[in-house]
Order: sequence, then C-alpha cells, then structure tokens
Amino acid sequence: MTKPIAGANPGAEEGTRRLVVGPFNRVEGDLEVRLDVAEGRVRSAYVSSPLFRGFERILEGRDPHDALVIAPRICGICSVSQAHAAALALAALQGIAPTPNGRIATNLILATENLADHLTHFHVFFMPDFARAAYAGRPWFAEAERRFKAAEGTSVRRALKTRAELLHVLGLLAGRWPHTLTLQPGGVTRGADQRDKMRLLATLGAVRAALEEHLYGARLEQVAELSSVAALTAYGAAPGGGDFRLFLALAGDLELAGLGRAYDRFLSYGAYPGGEGRLYAPGTFAAGRPGALDPDAITEDHSFARMEGREAPHRPFEGSTFPDAADETGYTWCKAPRLDGLPYETGAIARQMVDGHLLLREMVAADGAGVLARVVARLVETARTLIAMETWVMQLEPEAPWCAQGATVRQGRAFGLTEAARGALGHWMVVEKGLVARYQIIAPTTWNFSPRDRAGVPGPLELALQGAPVAEGEKTPVSVQHIVRSFDPCMVCTVH
Amino acid sequence: MTGAPFNILWLQSGGCGGCTMSLLCADAPDLMTTLKSAGIHILWHPTLSEETGAEAIALFDEVLSGAVPLHALCIEGALLRGPNGTGRFHVLAGTETPTIDWVRRLAGVAEHVVAVGSCAAYGGVTAAGVNPADACGLAYDGRQPGGALGGAFRSRSGLPVVNVAGCPTHPNWVTETLMLLAAGLLGPGDLDSYGRPRFYADHLVHHGCPRNEYYEYKASAEKLSDLGCMMEHLGCLGTQAHADCNTRLWNGEGSCTRGGYACINCTAPEFEEPGHAFLQTPKIGGIPVGLPTDMPKAWFIALSSLAKAATPERLRRNAVSDHEVIPPAVRDIKRR
Repeated sequence: MTKPIAGANPGAEEGTRRLVVGPFNRVEGDLEVRLDVAEGRVRSAYVSSPLFRGFERILEGRDPHDALVIAPRICGICSVSQAHAAALALAALQGIAPTPNGRIATNLILATENLADHLTHFHVFFMPDFARAAYAGRPWFAEAERRFKAAEGTSVRRALKTRAELLHVLGLLAGRWPHTLTLQPGGVTRGADQRDKMRLLATLGAVRAALEEHLYGARLEQVAELSSVAALTAYGAAPGGGDFRLFLALAGDLELAGLGRAYDRFLSYGAYPGGEGRLYAPGTFAAGRPGALDPDAITEDHSFARMEGREAPHRPFEGSTFPDAADETGYTWCKAPRLDGLPYETGAIARQMVDGHLLLREMVAADGAGVLARVVARLVETARTLIAMETWVMQLEPEAPWCAQGATVRQGRAFGLTEAARGALGHWMVVEKGLVARYQIIAPTTWNFSPRDRAGVPGPLELALQGAPVAEGEKTPVSVQHIVRSFDPCMVCTVH
Repeated sequence: MTGAPFNILWLQSGGCGGCTMSLLCADAPDLMTTLKSAGIHILWHPTLSEETGAEAIALFDEVLSGAVPLHALCIEGALLRGPNGTGRFHVLAGTETPTIDWVRRLAGVAEHVVAVGSCAAYGGVTAAGVNPADACGLAYDGRQPGGALGGAFRSRSGLPVVNVAGCPTHPNWVTETLMLLAAGLLGPGDLDSYGRPRFYADHLVHHGCPRNEYYEYKASAEKLSDLGCMMEHLGCLGTQAHADCNTRLWNGEGSCTRGGYACINCTAPEFEEPGHAFLQTPKIGGIPVGLPTDMPKAWFIALSSLAKAATPERLRRNAVSDHEVIPPAVRDIKRR
C-alpha cells in the first residue's frame, strides 16, 4: 500500500513514494519491507522484523541444559542448528568434545536439515515468483508455471515429497524433526547399527536419484565440480533438463546476476568438522580476499532496533535484550550485528566463498554476489553436501561410544558457532550459580536483514534492495521479492 | 470428494513455524495429495501461497466481508498481548494491526478455529520463563481457560477452539483433524478436557515405546545415550503424556524415545515449565515424583521394587549401554 510520507517512521525521503510490503510470505516468519521509490527504482529500503518473542530472556534463570529444549524452538526450520549451537556452547563450558560417532552423526543430522532447507527454499519459497502472471510473456514462462506455480507446480510437489523422504534420516537418527533432543554436548543420544546405516544409505540414495533426475539433470558430482563460469554455462546449455537449468535460463533472461548485490563481504563459521578440518572452512571473505574470523570482533548495535542499550555496540557476552516499545527511532526488533564494525553477508554463498569454491569466486569477482550467485551457491552446496553425507554414513561405528559425558558446570561463559542453511549462527551463554545468567543469540538473518547501525550504514538486504526496479503501479515489486527471497531469510530466528 | 471446497486460512504469530515445517513432512500420502483428496483448499498459507503483501491483505478482507467463506481458521504460534496489552510485539507486516487483532476478527467469521501446536493452544514455549511477550493461547492461558479469544469462545460451528497441541504437531494430527472437520465428524465429545482431539490424545506416549521391557523391570538409563528406560533418571514423561507418538511414529520410523531422549510431554499445557531441568527426573525419597497415568503410588512403589529385584542380567547391562551388549537368548521353542 502507498503511504503518506508524514508520520511514517523513518519518513520517506523527499521526492520518493513509499511502499510498505507485507505480509512478506514464503520466507520463514513475518517480514515487512519499506521502500522509498523514485524514478522506477528503490532509492532506500528499511527492513523490519515485526515479531518479538524474547527467547534470550526465556532462557535466563534455567538449567543450562534446558537450552537444548528451548533454543531449537526458536525456529522450526533451523531447529537442529539452534540445538547444535547450544550443544557446542555447553560442550565448551564443560570442556568436552563429542565422540567421533557423535561428531559424524551430528554432521549427518545438521546436513540433513540444511539440505532439506535448501530444497524447500528453491522449490517452495523462491521459484514460484517466476510463475507469476507478471512474467506471462517470457519464453520460459509456460514451463516455469507448470513446474513452480505456488503449492501446485509439479516440481514444488515433487520436492516436498523428496524433502519428506530425506527427513527420514532424522526420524532414524534424531527421533523426529523439527525439535529433536538428540544433539548433546558429547555427541548424540541414539546410536546406529549396521542395519540403520543401510537404511540411511537407502534414503540418501533415493534423494540422490530424485535430485539427479529432476533438479540437476546430471550427476551430483558433475554439479559439485562446476569450477568456472564457462563450465556453468556449458552445463546450462547441455541437454538433460532439470530445474537448475530452467533457473539458469530464466536468470539469464532476467539478468539476475546483477540484481540484489550487497557488500560482497562474507562470513562463515565453518561447517561439518571431520578428522582433518571441516568440509566447509570457517573464515571471512572481504575486499576480494579470504581472512580469518575473530569472534571477539563481533558486536551488536541497537541504534535502530526497538531495544534498550543504544549507547554503544555490545559484545554478545555483554549483550542484552530489553525491548523498548516506546522507542520512536527503531524500526525493527532486529539488532544490527557487525564484525569489526562492518555488516557481513552470510549463507551458502558465504560458505562457498570462504571455502574457496572456484565457480562462486569467479561469479562474485565478475558481477558481485546477487540473486543468481546466492541461488547457484545453494544448489552447488546441496550437491557437495549430499555426496559427503554418503561417506559419513559409512564412517559410523556401531559399537564405539556415541555420547561423551561432561560434568555440571556452575560458573563460566562459552559460545557455540555453527552454520544453519541460511548462514552463521552463534550462541553466547553465561552461567552463574548453575543457572543461565545471560544468553545471546546472533542468527544468520540477523546479519543479513540487519537494520542500519549508529553510522547509518544499512544492513546487507537494505543495501541489496537499493536500485531494484519497480514497475509503474507495482505494490509488491517482483524484483524486491526475488532479492529478499534470494537470502532465504528466517525471520523467526532473526529476532528470536 | 465432491462438493464445495473446505477453505482454510493459516496465520502464524508467536511461534517458530515448526508445525508448518512438520506438516510438510506428511508422507504416504504427501500433504498436497491428502488435502486435495479431502476437498480441503488452502485460501492462504504463509509458506505455500503465491500472494504476498497487498494481494494477501485483499484476500483477508474478502474473508472478513464474507465474500469468501472460511471453514477453518488455523493459527500457529502463540498470540502476543504485550507490550502493555497493545499486541505490538507482533504487528502483522504491512497492516499496522497487531496479529492478535486480526485473529480475533477472523475467528468471528470462521466456521471452526484450529490451534495448531501447543503455542497457539496454550502459549507454549513462547510463554515460558518471564513470558517476555505476554504470550497466550487462543482459548487458554497455560492450563487456565482464557487467552486471546477467551475460554468461553465458540466458533460459528459451536465448537470450542480445537487444540491440536504438540511441539511440534505431527503432520497427520493436523491433516486428520482438518479432514474430520471437513467431513463433519468432529463433535464436542471428540475433544478431551484440554480441547485436544481424542483420536491422538487418548493415547500415551508410553504405548508402543520400544523401551517398555526396560520399564517393566525398572532397568533404567543412567546417562543420555543409554538404552534403558528414561523415566527414573532422565526426565521421561512418556507414561503420562497424551499422544500416539510411539504407535504413529514420526519422519518414517522415529519418536522422541526412539531417538534416545525423554518425552517432555509437549502436548500438555505448561509443559514448558516442568519445575525442574527437562532431562532430570525429580524424586522424593528416591521415588520419581510423577507417577504413571492411573497408577496408585503404593502399587507403583511395590511393583518397582519387585521388578528391580527380578531384572534379567541382559536388561540390567543393556540399560546402561549405548548399544546392545547382550542379545535376547534364542531357545529351542519346544523347550519352553
């Protein structure tokens, strides 16, 4: 709806018209985006997370292990990664590490969730926008509509079936999904025997077959090994069909590579530890170079969040979550996380950039990270991760220990850093007298959908939306929808 | 199924979206096939629908005006009354109206109102601890009738809010509830005293738990990952929790106890505040405080001590191991 300039907070810039877009669906949770539009382009954007629940406060005063029950319930789509971050913080507090079986089973459980989320994002959240009537004149439209009409398209429905089948991995290893209590500081509560391993391989094999036939039209290995833009172009032009090729075709037609670029500054905590390092390395990638990540350099700024504590940015161990409903400056419940004082983008694109994936590095060097690169990163990562999962299953040793036991800690502080499908997730826990005294969470979409900070620097999505085209009469610009959904936002995690 | 579709509208507020994520796990048949065959039509769902922003609001207005009939309003997540009774901890995006107000208005035109999950039913985890957002359920505030619509609320059908409680809900608790409503087969007598559909709430999680043999002999797990019964030490409430998790199963062949961790009774109001750490059993004089459903205390104590005395060595050892160390003996079936 078009709003008058006066009274809206913050007010629209002079010479612009304001669009308020919401409820913004096919993201996890509720989202509102305010756009100031002039001359057919977004001049500035303000991203608002409209839901506040206060999980950090809910966690205070509880037994630290209760975080394994409460934290997953922050989010139904990132529930395992929330549990994992809590388990890692508890493990650090107790000074223990998971057993090898526990580590591998945890990788499998987390990877299953992340893979399921990638599939949900591509098929259910993101692609249906290309089946909108606005694109009816495009050469690819009939095919996009047939496959991706929201809730009805053949690929949407097939992907939901494949996803449900994939999540059988969690029925077996984790009891259920979402909201498992299997992940513990020392590993997992359920072992797997040889028969279980065969059942896991059967499930993963069925998922591989479905993705190779319908998503990629190629072997997983062929997609995982795409190492240059030329190779991606050749893959896109090759026969074999599949929804990835359809996406590449329409992305070329709509020039999605140049749409929705943010800072090209990336952050990943690294994912899936193995005996020798992680499958996806931790670190940063900024100004065209990889770098090390220093968790001590992370702060949260409350200047434009409706939160007390605006006097200075806070490190998470000193952070607080006291909502200030009377605040007129804030335009969201989301705080503004910064690394070394700067906004960073996180997600599959960040993981692959930090890990040094050659195709993504080349794409970002050429066009920056926009809608195309974010989606390609997710689909490449899906192939890479599934291949790794098959090898992890065979590394499980039924008769070796599954869960190391730690001692109760009555005093201390620790953090746990992991990767959700949509990026870097951190929990910071302070324990006093045996109870949680302080708990702070910075979720992936807190980074990506951050508001402005005290210097007025916009968050990654806010920057990515600047310049997005808005057609005459559009109330819910489709370009804005592509950009927003390309981040695979999780709004319930964002504010928690 | 022929005839007019059974229209549902789904809104989310103070929850995690996990009940929807779980709903999408429906398999054999999958969700879309199930709904279609039952004549259930989704007017709008935040995860599945094409309409965003102004298009979605226009649809809500059509429902409120009566132009589009609403057969079931499905609410996921707690309703937020804070801060200070304003509901502004969740203003529905794009509308400047608190979601709790949208829900009250839409509930007035709905044939049925369905609370999907323990948050929408009772407040759930969102209402835990200091309850920062002043969260409540649709017709309950924890165990007490009340909440966003009030305990006396009846939808146009005359039914109270149908509380499909669970954290999360099993996909088929939701689909079967909607199918029963669409078929006109869910009456007031089909709901239990907390408004839960009895088809799943008249079971106990204990039914079908694969650890039942350990329970019978009080062969208890002592630490997480042990195979024994988790009631005595690890906080398991399966003998008291109303749900069919171990006979229906989740995500193929799962359940919480099959996953090696305690049932935390997530279908019950105020499960989020057990009064002790979730994974520890509170005891008085060495006896667990929570008794199995319908079991007199004296009998439980007597049976437990007898059972412990009779525990076979196989169960005694397997109970405290993370994999089976002694298999059941194979005997000549002619020599019973």
